[in-house]
Amino acid sequence: MIVRLMGEGQFEIDDEVAKGLNELDEQAAQAVEAGDEERLRGLLGRMAEAVRTNGTRIPDDDLSASEGIVPPDDLSLDEARLLFEGEGLIPDLPAGP
Amino acid sequence: MAGLMSRASMVVKAKFSKLLDRAEDPAETLDYSYERQLELLQNVKRGIADVVTAKKRLELQETQLQQSIVKLDGQARQALAANREDLARQALERKSGLQQQLQSLDQQADGLAQQQEKLVASEKALSAKVEAFRTQKETIKAQYSAAEAQVKIGEAATGIGEQMADTGLAIQRAKDKTEQMQARASAIDELTTSGALEDFTSDQTELDRELGALASQSQVDDELAKMKAEVGSGEKQKELEK
Repeated sequence: MIVRLMGEGQFEIDDEVAKGLNELDEQAAQAVEAGDEERLRGLLGRMAEAVRTNGTRIPDDDLSASEGIVPPDDLSLDEARLLFEGEGLIPDLPAGP
Repeated sequence: MAGLMSRASMVVKAKFSKLLDRAEDPAETLDYSYERQLELLQNVKRGIADVVTAKKRLELQETQLQQSIVKLDGQARQALAANREDLARQALERKSGLQQQLQSLDQQADGLAQQQEKLVASEKALSAKVEAFRTQKETIKAQYSAAEAQVKIGEAATGIGEQMADTGLAIQRAKDKTEQMQARASAIDELTTSGALEDFTSDQTELDRELGALASQSQVDDELAKMKAEVGSGEKQKELEK
């Protein structure tokens, strides 16, 4: 499946890697719930590392969508909560005139 | 609670579909989306320029601090040479305070450099995807019926929408960091002008005045000694001539 590391790019990963990634992702969600920022960042860092090491980078001009998006590993707890509670983390796209 | 990855995906899709809902037919949707992509590309370029400006301001402040540090160091030496350890201590204390500020400016400069790097990478990725989208947009318009086009648009649009959200977040974060940095830089400027932090480079400091007095004292002493020597040798000369 295709995964995006925010701020870095998209990668194709196999099922085995995806499985490990989902486990880390669950723990990351728990860390947000527990209010443990250090743990959250550690987990996001491990997720990004797993994708980087085991995945294949997809070229920038590929228009495929990703199945999962890994937030940046310097995400703060406040930002993580914004991500969960609403759409506040990611700014609105330019909507033109 | 869903995982972070799926939540982030959902948010990104929601953002982009809100954008696409504004257009009515497929051709219009494609053009509208493309225009927004170009707009975002402009925004990221502006974001890079802002970070560069902020970095220049930091560098300027760093240079000023460095000059003050060198000056205070010289003043401490001057004071010691004149046996004024109290003044030398004062100068060194101020120097150490400025060095701490300089260190924090250094860290901020590193942070800004990282932001700049991220924005440049994001611009590159977005630019490549926008170009790919432009080509695909024309193909879709030329080759597909309205119904088919809708599906194709969905595919191409989700991919680019994701990149747009990614770039959007990068711009937002860089902007936040730059603003924080600017607030701190202004605070230092303000403290300096209000006198709460003495402007060490101005000639108005107590340290400068005392050192100035010492210097003119020793200059007077030097000149006196020189004159004495001249007058003395002049008298000897006269005696020889006699």
